[in-house]
Amino acid sequence: MERAPRFAADLAHLPTSAHGPRATTWWGTLGFILIEATGFALAAAAYFYLMGQTETWPPGQSPPDWLWGTLQLVLMLASLWPNWWTDRVAHADDLRKVRIGLVAMSAVGLLTLVVRAFEFGALNCRWDDNAYGSMVWVLLGLHATHLITDVGDTLVLTVLMFTKHVEPRRFTDVTDNCVYWNFVVAAWVPLWALLYVVPRVV
Amino acid sequence: MSPRDASPFIRRDGPALEEVETYARLERTWATPPGLWGWLSSVDHKQVGRRYIVTAFVFFLLAGLLALAMRMQLAGPEQTLLTPDRYNQIFTMHGTTMMFLFAVPVMEAFAIYLVPLMVGTRAIAFPRLNAFSYWVYLAGGVMLWVAFILNVGPDVGWFSYVPLAGPQFSPGKRTDFWAQMITFTEVAALAVAVEIIVTVFKQRAPGMSLNRIPLFVWGQLVTSFMVVFAMPAVMVSSSMLIMDRLIGTHFFNPAEGGDALLWQHLFWFFGHPEVYIIFLPATGFVSSILPTFARRPIFGYTALVLALVATGFLGFGLWVHHMFVTGLPHLGNSFYTAASMAIAVPSGIQIFCWLATLWDGRPRFATPLLFVIGFIVIFVLGGLSGIMLASVPIDSQVHDTYFVVAHFHYVLIGGAVFPLFGAVYYWFPKFTGRMLSERAGAWNFGLFFVGFNLAFFPMHILGLIGMPRRVYSYPAGLGWDDLNLLATAGATILAAGVLVFLGNVWHSLKYGLVADDNPWGAATLEWATTSPPPSFNFVHIPVVTGSNPLWEEPDGLPVVGGLRVDQRELLLTSVVDAEPEVREPSPEPSIWPLLSATAVTILFIGSIFTPWAVVWGSIPLAVGLIGWFWPKSAPDTPEPVID
Repeated sequence: MERAPRFAADLAHLPTSAHGPRATTWWGTLGFILIEATGFALAAAAYFYLMGQTETWPPGQSPPDWLWGTLQLVLMLASLWPNWWTDRVAHADDLRKVRIGLVAMSAVGLLTLVVRAFEFGALNCRWDDNAYGSMVWVLLGLHATHLITDVGDTLVLTVLMFTKHVEPRRFTDVTDNCVYWNFVVAAWVPLWALLYVVPRVV
Repeated sequence: MSPRDASPFIRRDGPALEEVETYARLERTWATPPGLWGWLSSVDHKQVGRRYIVTAFVFFLLAGLLALAMRMQLAGPEQTLLTPDRYNQIFTMHGTTMMFLFAVPVMEAFAIYLVPLMVGTRAIAFPRLNAFSYWVYLAGGVMLWVAFILNVGPDVGWFSYVPLAGPQFSPGKRTDFWAQMITFTEVAALAVAVEIIVTVFKQRAPGMSLNRIPLFVWGQLVTSFMVVFAMPAVMVSSSMLIMDRLIGTHFFNPAEGGDALLWQHLFWFFGHPEVYIIFLPATGFVSSILPTFARRPIFGYTALVLALVATGFLGFGLWVHHMFVTGLPHLGNSFYTAASMAIAVPSGIQIFCWLATLWDGRPRFATPLLFVIGFIVIFVLGGLSGIMLASVPIDSQVHDTYFVVAHFHYVLIGGAVFPLFGAVYYWFPKFTGRMLSERAGAWNFGLFFVGFNLAFFPMHILGLIGMPRRVYSYPAGLGWDDLNLLATAGATILAAGVLVFLGNVWHSLKYGLVADDNPWGAATLEWATTSPPPSFNFVHIPVVTGSNPLWEEPDGLPVVGGLRVDQRELLLTSVVDAEPEVREPSPEPSIWPLLSATAVTILFIGSIFTPWAVVWGSIPLAVGLIGWFWPKSAPDTPEPVID
């Protein structure tokens, strides 16, 4: 305050919003993805640990039915395309297309929740049967929690994009939401293998 | 458009705007509103950081009182001050409070306050998340202590081993409160870790390339990554524990295919990195204090950064050394012995760099430096007993004895609490604008150092001659009496040191010498602003031209202009070179973080009593989160192109 400051540069020309790694929210999303991926990895490690302690796996039950989990896998992999498209049009700040993309992704998200409900019904075990059952329910539940939060987030964003609150930062929110959906799908691929394939091949 | 925006005034800082006017406008933009509502909705990292620090110290005092109660009980054989059941609760609450409610949060608290200042930015990344994390932490701590006061405090040790902690051997709600306290504190810690990572990556002052980041900030960055990878383990395991207890899962039940050692693996996969989550920030304190008082730049900056990163990696390879007596394969034990000894290498590098800094400097023995020297002595001793414990035969002999208690108090009090007290003396003038008394500081240090060693050194011997930990009493005639009495006397002296500290803080807040911007003549950016700093931290964002900016630019740092003064705006820079990239808005104060934290509290506590709380509790939580993220005003009007 006492001395006159020495100005080295004037940054007024800098943009006031950015997508991807130039924005803080992108890094924040990545941070939470790392946390949750660690959680998934540890839960999966616990699954293998318990499997190693048991003679037969699953112990006295049938593995989960193929149908719903695999349908979920197909659905999620297919959703990567509209998700990618939404991300791209959000990068271009194209409001009309972003609205289309978000409505589509909301519909896809709700559909995955319905399929998930059927998955729980086709596990062929209860969480309190034995450690295998507990593990299966927790893995599927952990992923379901991610589905619910991301679908909720997508719905809120979709509504926002139809209000007066549209501004450049909202498009960044959309791109971050797309990144997160990719993570939810990426997490499902190994979890699907763990829940549906591993019990059949060991 | 608010009247302020409509004013014809210049909206950005720069040569065209008077300094006094810039200050006044920034203050209008960034100040937390007055009154209770303003207090509850504050998102200022300095206010939140101060709350974290004060709360963590309150928990430190409470857990310290429990320690004194244990030392009184053990001062002589066959005492009856505490019942066995109460004693179990007290040692569990002592460890749990010290680890989860004091040590980790207080280190994060210093990061919350200092990292944005040290990297030269106006606010922490995600300030509302920061406010939320504080409320969640507070709720978890209060819940645990209320449970303890109501005689429902946990009683199975701070690491809550199954099967003791399982439904069969710990009926009632005591362990459930412990497990949910974990969830509260880990949510808070993970949120802070993400904030710190993003603040360090994206909000550094222009010119603060990776090789110019202060070592304290490096320490907090590595710590935050360790939190990200370690804390999920304890959340997963404590959730499994509470599910075993409440909804009949069988993760840890061997009768149904579960396994008790799974708990130990998951817990220590978190628990060992936890030690470094506490220790690395403390090394950051040391690396900040030493150059200032040795009056020369830190020796071996690059080696110190690499040591921090190496510790961060190696810290994840040691957890099994807590499980040497569980009957694991010998090959596994050997691996973890090697890893446990290997981590002494980066720690040794750090110690030698610090010693070299002192040796080559012109040391000024103010209180912060006294605590650092105390740290070096005690931590080296703790490190040596750690190397002993890394050896399987010695560990098998002294496992669960007072030798282990002595070791980890040398490491934790020596390695973290001594630097922490040094840090309080060092940064108190920045936090409050007043100096702590140096004379009282010297007494504080002396009582601490003598009291600590008298209290804990005898425990090494007690352990070697067979005294187990966690016993509420012992018979006379085992040769343990005198050493226990000595330990209790030491604990009393240590407590006297804490009293001197509290008196010093209380007195100095009112009557301490007024501190100027940089009372110690330090080199890092937090000293480039007033003490205490204004709500916006810096009038202009400084430009960094070296590793010790204030020493290299004695005539004042160059600055950049062009940030809005009528809206909260941050400067984002590139990750490696800190080149200016974006001017990003920063959130206004909001009550929603507190409301969301309240919803989380209802959900977590409710779930101790009924699993359905997870279902109905998620509704207010969803409302809270949507309210939090929902924009509060119409979009900003575009900036005028020419001011």
